[in-house]
Amino acid sequence: MEKKLYDKLVMSHKPIEHRGENAVIAFLIGGLVGVIGQMLVEFYSYYLHLSSSDASVFMIITLIFLASLLTALGFFDQWVKFARCGLIIPITGFAHSMTSAAIEYRKEGFITGVGANMFKLAGTVILYGVVSAYIFGFIRLIIMGGV
Amino acid sequence: MIYIYSFLFAGFVSMLGQLILDNTKLTPGHITSLFVIIGASLDIFNIYDLIVVHVGAGALVPITSFGHLLIHGGLVRASELGFVGLMMGVFDLTASGITSAIFFAFIFSLFFKPKD
Repeated sequence: MEKKLYDKLVMSHKPIEHRGENAVIAFLIGGLVGVIGQMLVEFYSYYLHLSSSDASVFMIITLIFLASLLTALGFFDQWVKFARCGLIIPITGFAHSMTSAAIEYRKEGFITGVGANMFKLAGTVILYGVVSAYIFGFIRLIIMGGV
Repeated sequence: MIYIYSFLFAGFVSMLGQLILDNTKLTPGHITSLFVIIGASLDIFNIYDLIVVHVGAGALVPITSFGHLLIHGGLVRASELGFVGLMMGVFDLTASGITSAIFFAFIFSLFFKPKD
């Protein structure tokens, strides 16, 4: 009984989350990043005469550079607070997590601080990406016997 | 037209992440890991390749494409060397992204201090 009362009390003091609003903002910002990516791909393939696969590599590097720079300058944290998954799910979130960890732990030294903490968030992405890619690739090789 | 598809797809993936973030107890770390696994799983039967062809960069920007590129690079090498090739190729296509992210993060950590 006491636990129920406690839960009720906690629920009544929880800040109200605007879930619908958050989802719409994430949709708009995430979509905007996708459009910027497409514009960059067409820009690079037109002006640098690259194939579309090379241009998309240039695009990803550009987005990572911009996200890292804006994180270092201090703007990106506020934008992430506003857009949440709109900026976390695109590749910008990956760059943001690494740059912000690197800068935050700098005062603990370059080995024990920056080196040890840079992959705190990005490490899980790489770990589960590689493990799942290997397992799924294995499955595909067994099922289809090659590409 | 491809701009609209890019907008819709990248927006849809981001919105899906936001809905998971708001309605469950998962953290952004859980969600990005989950999306990478989903991206890799969609490439078992080349579904993600089809999406990239139709949607363009809108499909390459979300973190799901990271999983797709990991398995795609592995499968390209696997066609020559089988299971060992799969290991060799996993980082082939994502190397540029990971290298640039590490490089820029380190360089900026040299020149910038955290804001309090």
